[in-house]
Amino acid sequence: MKRLALLGMPNTGKSTFFNRLTGAGARVGNWPGVTVDLLGAKILLGGHMVEVVDLPGLYDLHGFSEDELVVRHFLENNPVDLVAIILNASQIEHQIAIALQFKLLGIPAILLLNMSDEAEKLGIRIDIRRMSESLGMPVMALSAKYGKGFAEARQAITGMLEISEQRPGLEDLKDKLAQDDLVEQQMQTIVSHSVQFPRQLPESFTARMDRLLLHPWLGLPIFFGVMFLLFQGIFLLGSPLQDAVEWLLGLISQHALEPLMSTSPGWLHGLLVDGIYNGVGTVASFVPIIVLFFLFMAVIEDTGYLSRAAFLMDALMSKLGLDGRSFVMLLMGFGCNVPALMGTRVMRSRPLRLLTMMVIPFSLCSARLQVFIFITAALFSAEHAPLVLFSLYLMSFATAILTALLFKRKLASQEPFVLELPPYRLPTLMQLWLRGWQEVRHFLHRASKFIIIGVVLVWALTHLPPGVAEASPQSYAATLGNLFSPILTPLGIDTQMTIALLFGFVAKEIVIGALAVIYGMEGDALTHQISISMDWVQAYSFMLFTLIYTPCLSTIATLRTESHSNLYAWGTVAWSLGLAWVVSFVFYQCARALGY
Amino acid sequence: MNQSIPLAELMPGENGVIARLKVDEALYQRLTAMGLRVGRPICVIRRAAMSGPIQVRVGLTDLILRRADALNICISPA
Ligand SMILES: Nc1nc2c(ncn2[C@@H]2O[C@H](COP(=O)(O)OP(=O)(O)OP(=O)(O)O)[C@@H](O)[C@H]2O)c(=O)[nH]1
Ligand SMILES: [Mg+2]
Repeated sequence: MKRLALLGMPNTGKSTFFNRLTGAGARVGNWPGVTVDLLGAKILLGGHMVEVVDLPGLYDLHGFSEDELVVRHFLENNPVDLVAIILNASQIEHQIAIALQFKLLGIPAILLLNMSDEAEKLGIRIDIRRMSESLGMPVMALSAKYGKGFAEARQAITGMLEISEQRPGLEDLKDKLAQDDLVEQQMQTIVSHSVQFPRQLPESFTARMDRLLLHPWLGLPIFFGVMFLLFQGIFLLGSPLQDAVEWLLGLISQHALEPLMSTSPGWLHGLLVDGIYNGVGTVASFVPIIVLFFLFMAVIEDTGYLSRAAFLMDALMSKLGLDGRSFVMLLMGFGCNVPALMGTRVMRSRPLRLLTMMVIPFSLCSARLQVFIFITAALFSAEHAPLVLFSLYLMSFATAILTALLFKRKLASQEPFVLELPPYRLPTLMQLWLRGWQEVRHFLHRASKFIIIGVVLVWALTHLPPGVAEASPQSYAATLGNLFSPILTPLGIDTQMTIALLFGFVAKEIVIGALAVIYGMEGDALTHQISISMDWVQAYSFMLFTLIYTPCLSTIATLRTESHSNLYAWGTVAWSLGLAWVVSFVFYQCARALGY
Repeated sequence: MNQSIPLAELMPGENGVIARLKVDEALYQRLTAMGLRVGRPICVIRRAAMSGPIQVRVGLTDLILRRADALNICISPA
């Protein structure tokens, strides 16, 4: 099998090209450092099976950060046939250095000048033939996003792979890069011979937008305003969709499932309908909101507003021992904590990375959001529910800030903060579709793994030993719940909710699935049942605990693998468990003392 | 009048030429890779509130960097 590696500086469109070439769904975003790990896909190119590898971006081969190390290790340990160097044509002046470095290494390479659509608009003229001659490698103009030049690039790659021989991994890559001055000289010659820059640039759209969005005093209020509007938009569009899914699931249960199951024994009916169907169905009804949520995130990510958020927030973050990138990762954590944790690989200093990874789990991720939407809908009026959700987001920030303040001295760092500010862009519909589909797939994957097992276990706990009434004091669930009651009763959390919390440790989606199973209901009946089984003080205390105690097993596993330290991972978990307990305790006891 | 001043002291709209990068090896590599090379013209676009980062333009690339780091980049008048 042949191997083609995609390589270049961060944010040059490697993953966009990868997706177009292989049909895969690699994550794309207008932020340097979206891809932080290897991603491979096998395709048939000109009669050969070819493994295409999408690499993280790298600034230079001397790289010191974790994501750059991934690239270096890959190049050192894996034979490749061809390297496609992808660069941003508008920044050819300095990005061409990578092409020259590879040429010195003697690896067969092709240079793709991506984003040629943007370069053209800026009035940059590149003499491709001339550049190719002086570089000594094929050069092609490309727009990976819109497809211009793609067929030609693909053909050229196919042709080169046809005659290529696999090169072994490059040992001691770093030592072979001693000729930097030479590269510097050649760069200038090549660029001055083959690139023509416009004499004067008109003020760009990006510059005009930035005058407003990065305004010294208006910038931050605008940022939070935009975030607020986005959330409003998600709920406005998402709620009717959620109702539609619930209605559909109800129909299926009523007209297909019930008649089909009417002759089966009671326990089987219970397990399949009350357990799996209701449990998974309740979780599934949140899929539209979650997909919308990620689509909105994708738009934000692709506009380039995240780098602006880093600019606006860096001053405040530096007081917490963090930097602008940490803030962006916190924002990404609103979607899912796991990629946000991985995203910290772009940070070079270990203390800064560890501190950022410590605060990310407090980011109110979309899975926790489902739990909160569900419970606030049951216990708070339509006017109050958004405020309650908003207060939980504030708590999410507050706990992150508190954690950073407490640990910033232990994890002090002096990492320089330098970041590219890319132009504003908009995702194409195709990109959005890919992203939405990825999220649905991700959900199906989790559903088939965690959620079904989770709800089946919960069902078993509430119905066993055989013969007990559902969730009665004799059931295993009650026994298990009672075990924790000395700890959780002072927080106002009852046995049923305790079971939900225990499973929520694995994944937050299971919490609502578990509640559906525990109460043996779904839809409106379930919300109603929950509203009478606890009051708002208990509900809020439960939500605070759910927010803070721990995101999910995947997050803990990621904390461990990314930090390479068990002590750090479990220490972080212990801290959040303790903090969750204290916050819920203080809230619950104070509210009760005040007579609520 | 050929003295260089730190980039951090340039006001929005002011420009100059990068004269020296007084930074460690790692940051030097990163800055050059991003286009901040000695001899290149640079322009300060804006400075964030509360002593936040500054935004600079080198060629067609916009970068943001902390003022503390910009103190170590020496600029000579254009
Ligand atoms: N205008 C334009 N934008 C593009 C093109 N190719 C990619 N983009 C956009 O550039 C941004 C970066 O694309 P990615 O594919 O994520 O870049 P990457 O090189 O994989 O980035 P990292 O994984 O962070 O290193 C996204 O916003 C893309 O939509 C192009 O040909 N033209
Ligand atoms: Mg990528």
